[in-house]
Amino acid sequence: MSGPATRLILSGTARTPFRRELEPAAWAGLPGALRQQPDLELLALWAEIGAVHAAFRPSGGGSLLLASTAAEGNYPALSPARPAASWFERAIADLWGLRAEGGVDGRPWLDHGRWGFAAPLSARPLAQASEPPQPEFLPAEGEGVHQIPVGPIHAGIIEPGHFRLHVQGEAIVRLEARLGYAHKGTLGLMRGRSPRSAARLAARLSGDSTVAHAWAFAQAAEAALGVAVPPRAALLRGLMAELERIGNHLSDWGSLCNDAAFAWPHARCGALREGVLRASEAAFGHRLLMDRVVPGGVSIDIAPSGVAAIREALALVAAEMPALRRVTEDHASLQDRLAGTGVLRPDWAAAFAAGGFVGRASGRDFDARRDLPYAPYDALPFTVPVLQAGDVEARLSIRLEELAQSLALVAALLERLEPGDTLVSLPVRSGEGLGVVEGFRGEVLCWMALGEDGLIRSAFLRDPSWLQWPLLEVAVEGNIVADFPLCNKSFNCSYSGVDL
Amino acid sequence: MLWPSLIRSLFRRPLSEPAPSPAEATVTALAERLEAAAQVRLGRSLAIRHVDSGSCNGCELEVNALSGVVYDLERFGLRFVASPRHADVLLVTGPACHNMAEAMQRAFLCTPDPKWVVAVGDCALDGGVFRDSYAVAGGVDRVLPVDLVIPGCPPSPAMLLEGLLSLLAVQEEAGEDEVPGN
Repeated sequence: MSGPATRLILSGTARTPFRRELEPAAWAGLPGALRQQPDLELLALWAEIGAVHAAFRPSGGGSLLLASTAAEGNYPALSPARPAASWFERAIADLWGLRAEGGVDGRPWLDHGRWGFAAPLSARPLAQASEPPQPEFLPAEGEGVHQIPVGPIHAGIIEPGHFRLHVQGEAIVRLEARLGYAHKGTLGLMRGRSPRSAARLAARLSGDSTVAHAWAFAQAAEAALGVAVPPRAALLRGLMAELERIGNHLSDWGSLCNDAAFAWPHARCGALREGVLRASEAAFGHRLLMDRVVPGGVSIDIAPSGVAAIREALALVAAEMPALRRVTEDHASLQDRLAGTGVLRPDWAAAFAAGGFVGRASGRDFDARRDLPYAPYDALPFTVPVLQAGDVEARLSIRLEELAQSLALVAALLERLEPGDTLVSLPVRSGEGLGVVEGFRGEVLCWMALGEDGLIRSAFLRDPSWLQWPLLEVAVEGNIVADFPLCNKSFNCSYSGVDL
Repeated sequence: MLWPSLIRSLFRRPLSEPAPSPAEATVTALAERLEAAAQVRLGRSLAIRHVDSGSCNGCELEVNALSGVVYDLERFGLRFVASPRHADVLLVTGPACHNMAEAMQRAFLCTPDPKWVVAVGDCALDGGVFRDSYAVAGGVDRVLPVDLVIPGCPPSPAMLLEGLLSLLAVQEEAGEDEVPGN
């Protein structure tokens, strides 16, 4: 597992058991060392005032390793060695005003020139009064190439974002996603707040992954403060996370079939999902389970009648799954649209460390529940499906298999619920912590640093979509325009989750 | 095989649930707005265009559920359309993010008069938890004239349905006033 990049990072000063601080000169050697050690995955890159942080993990296994360096004005870019760093570097320039020297893409991204000032998270944001600039898109050349602009307002009921498609005939030559429209300044709002208070913001980073983000955020806060969560709270968190996964997988299963003009599974999955959401409300008082996972435990215990409500709703899902699955897999008209569409090659998924069903459908055998184990999953049996095909069908198949696994996990979690505390109080002190939780899209990461007053000095939440959006751009190449909605839905990346 | 499901469906009761009744106070307030603006009656069917002004995607999940079999929006004459040019109602979710302001205004200008703007969710009401951010103007009313707010984080499909039905109820009331002696 040791390689030149790992050795270089470990040679830095240990700031926490998991984070090393490198001298600027050592950081400058990082891109070269990373090129020599392709199996060290870049999971995230972010900044705070005066410093840049990166999270790595050896692809063969092992825990996360963070590298930092002091940065004023600029820092050596990692994107020449890890293309996935590019989106992060653009965000760091837009939010903290730190430039990635030698980065592969220097265009603004989250900053559309509409906030009134630049670098809002830096120590000295600069007033900016000029007209918002027109976005620049990467060019595509060839005979008859034309552009199709889509968004930021889409035809369906989805989040805002702009897609620029370069098209030759019916085939997509190049797709570029231009996001940032849903930038809410979440990271800025977190600063100076207590972890409990800021948890409401983490729960609203991406509404469909509210449990996952709130949990990773809580893990980071608990790690920073050295707090252990009561076993019953861990079981309830697992229960909520699996309910969230089941709801989202059902929803996207239906929507994917609907995008191929096959409406029946959409109607059925929608009805089943509604049952799951109602059971969630009966059990925890909220359909999407927002604000239920908080630092220190869970904010509400399961209602006594909730156990039966969940079992009943999931029994309906389990009973209907085989028929729904048969319909999905047997209909030639549907298979014609799904199979071979939007292929993501395994080497690309590996290069970008794609998490979740996107990575697992393209051979990346990683699930944080198994590979970076945390309670309650460290004591639960489940399998992680992996496929190599990397097409829309493979991503759907992975999700159907995960759905079955989650149904079993919920049953096991409900069996193990034992009476006990569900929430502990948090001390007020400084600290630094990291949280990793497997959400339905993939692993969700949260880093948090608390000041002496116990308030957040800086925090970063990394949705799995950071590493999946760029891969969507690759996967649609050569597909026909009509298949773009299918490809997009099969990835189902979060807009709000990366817009921050 | 679809046949067994089709046959079962013949004998099963529909999954759609009865409609909630809109709150009287809401309908009265909307009727006053309608009168004050001297709005022309839109009729008993409304085309809705959803606009996300920067939400967390929680509201979209619940808005999407409206089209499903359980809430079945279309049975009331309410339907989602793909363009603001086809819409009577702009249904706006999320805080008014600065990065979305121009797109929101353009969508509003594209929507033919008469029209309603419905702000959905606590963020659309006043910016919600994002109210104090440098990136957010506040609620949707900072960018567009809002006629109806459906609060909640997110509002449940039943609450959304109740709010949207009040738009239909006020249209019907206005219609009765327009035709004396009918």
